Amino acid sequence: MRSGIAILIVAAFASVPLWLRDPYLMNALITTGIFIIAAMSLNLLLGFTGQLSLGHVAFFGIGAYTSALTSLGFDVPLPGGLRVVHDPWPPIAGFALAVIIAGLCGYFVGRLSFRVRGAYFVIVTISFAEVVRLVALNWVELTQGPLALNNIPSIALPLPGFGELSLRTKLQNYYLVLAVAVTAYALISRLVKSHFGRAMRGLMENEALAISVGIDVTRTLTLAAVISAAIAGAAGSLYAHYIRIIDPEVFAFINTVTMVIMVISGGKGSLAGPVVGGLIFGLMPVFLRPIMTPEAQWIAYGGVLIVILFVLPRGIVPSLMQRFARRRKEVRAARSLPFSKSSAEEHA
Amino acid sequence: MSEFLQHLVNMLVLGGTYALLGIGLTLIFGIMNVVNFSHGVLYTFGAYIMFMVVNQLGLNFFLALPVAVIAGWLLGAAVELILLRPLRGSDIDTTMLVMIGAWIAMQSGTLWIWGGVAKSVATPFPDEPLVLGSVSVSWLRLFVLAAAALLIVATYLLVNRTKLGSAMRATFQDQDTASLMGVNVDLVYTSTFAIGSSLAAAAGALLGPVYVIFPQMGDLAAVKAFAIVILGGLGNITGAVIGGFILALAEELGAGYVSSGYRDAMGFLIIIAVLIFKPTGLFARSERVG
Repeated sequence: MRSGIAILIVAAFASVPLWLRDPYLMNALITTGIFIIAAMSLNLLLGFTGQLSLGHVAFFGIGAYTSALTSLGFDVPLPGGLRVVHDPWPPIAGFALAVIIAGLCGYFVGRLSFRVRGAYFVIVTISFAEVVRLVALNWVELTQGPLALNNIPSIALPLPGFGELSLRTKLQNYYLVLAVAVTAYALISRLVKSHFGRAMRGLMENEALAISVGIDVTRTLTLAAVISAAIAGAAGSLYAHYIRIIDPEVFAFINTVTMVIMVISGGKGSLAGPVVGGLIFGLMPVFLRPIMTPEAQWIAYGGVLIVILFVLPRGIVPSLMQRFARRRKEVRAARSLPFSKSSAEEHA
Repeated sequence: MSEFLQHLVNMLVLGGTYALLGIGLTLIFGIMNVVNFSHGVLYTFGAYIMFMVVNQLGLNFFLALPVAVIAGWLLGAAVELILLRPLRGSDIDTTMLVMIGAWIAMQSGTLWIWGGVAKSVATPFPDEPLVLGSVSVSWLRLFVLAAAALLIVATYLLVNRTKLGSAMRATFQDQDTASLMGVNVDLVYTSTFAIGSSLAAAAGALLGPVYVIFPQMGDLAAVKAFAIVILGGLGNITGAVIGGFILALAEELGAGYVSSGYRDAMGFLIIIAVLIFKPTGLFARSERVG
């Protein structure tokens, strides 16, 4: 039943390019999809371990820069007369390296910043992202700084016997993003239902109790950070090869805020939450554009975030699920009591 | 050596306004336990009030500063009453995200009202700087330092010598007990947020004329304020003042001797280093680990 619904939903997403021809909307869907992947990775930390990382864009940006630099090549002088020269590699190798390097960064950041909790964890993660942004801005020999890295090649899939297929069109990129998103969703879903997932939720509910039953806090949180960062790095790599130009603005704090809004509005700790929240907030500019100036759109953006926190503090998906569960229970209760009010009305 | 002295003088001017920012945030964060992301917007708002009063209304420069402080106080009180009072008792993540929403909406509001082009404020001070030996400092910067010092002392006296101040300190120590002793905690919260916001607006009104004014100027200011609070400890005014000067010194030396591109990285590096190697802060009790 559940897997049937999942297949139907994926099929519905896969059918979109068949009836949607508008290139502007397709572009919005692809970038939204990339941000949904990043939001899902954030949800793994925020929703299942309870740690709010406001530096998540760092892993996204590190993935984007790693992938772009791997496929473009670079020639960087280091202090002491050393030089590092790297010849361009195929973009698919850049994607793999983006996942690995972002994951490694997740390991180090996790090891260091999980020493503090709550507001202090939030502030350390923001600081980390800002330092990375300033390095990307100032290390001009490597990153071109504000001049941006241009002409990043599209991802090419190697097809044995047929050479390779370069994914240049919006249609191809849509399916690429959809495939990565489904993979990430399946991975996170298996993860949170495993023993490790229960350990994470145990930590979130009651850290002292979780420790007392033998859960290794540092190991669990660090592993969650590594997986979360690696998925965010994958999203960043997709972004770099789709947009084909990146500059240090990719590290902007507003990108983290966008991911957080997607997770919170959809429902943190719910697997479908980031997808629902991501579709709403990712596509909101498309519908607001004809009626509002960009400044007014941003005001609305902040306003909607506040309203959602006031009205649906647990997020859209958990609130709807709760309502459905209650209704189902009522229906079942009504059927089991032959003289209850609702069945009496049915007979009348 | 003369270069170093010049850095020290710049540090004093910068440190005074950083201290104002830090005091405002440390009061809000310490007493209300709200991670106030709108602090930077209040800084921007103060600078734009200065611009509006001096350039657009054509009034006196010295009159504009109190106007900015009062406007910041009113906006802070409004934010507290509308957004934070209904959320009393909800967890710190919720209030933090609401403040992020307020930050985005208000920053876009300044962009909407005043546009994205950077503005500069006309000042009544002479262009020639005051030269003392090998060190020079502009009259405007001297005024900024004096005004900041005055506001720091006024805030210190407010918190340590008045009835409202002792209610604030009691709420900081133990909210429930304070409320049992007849302290109006709601009033303390609103006043704290309003005072903190007015200090942020004052910092913006003072530094705005020194640099240029643009809608995103508050983003870095907010992070610097967090760095100062982490250095100085929660709710600790003296700590915030010292933290403000340490941050200003680190920035001046970083910009002067490392690379000016990394000036703004100093605050973040301080945050990371303090929280990782001495998570209790330089002057605070151990309250932030675990």
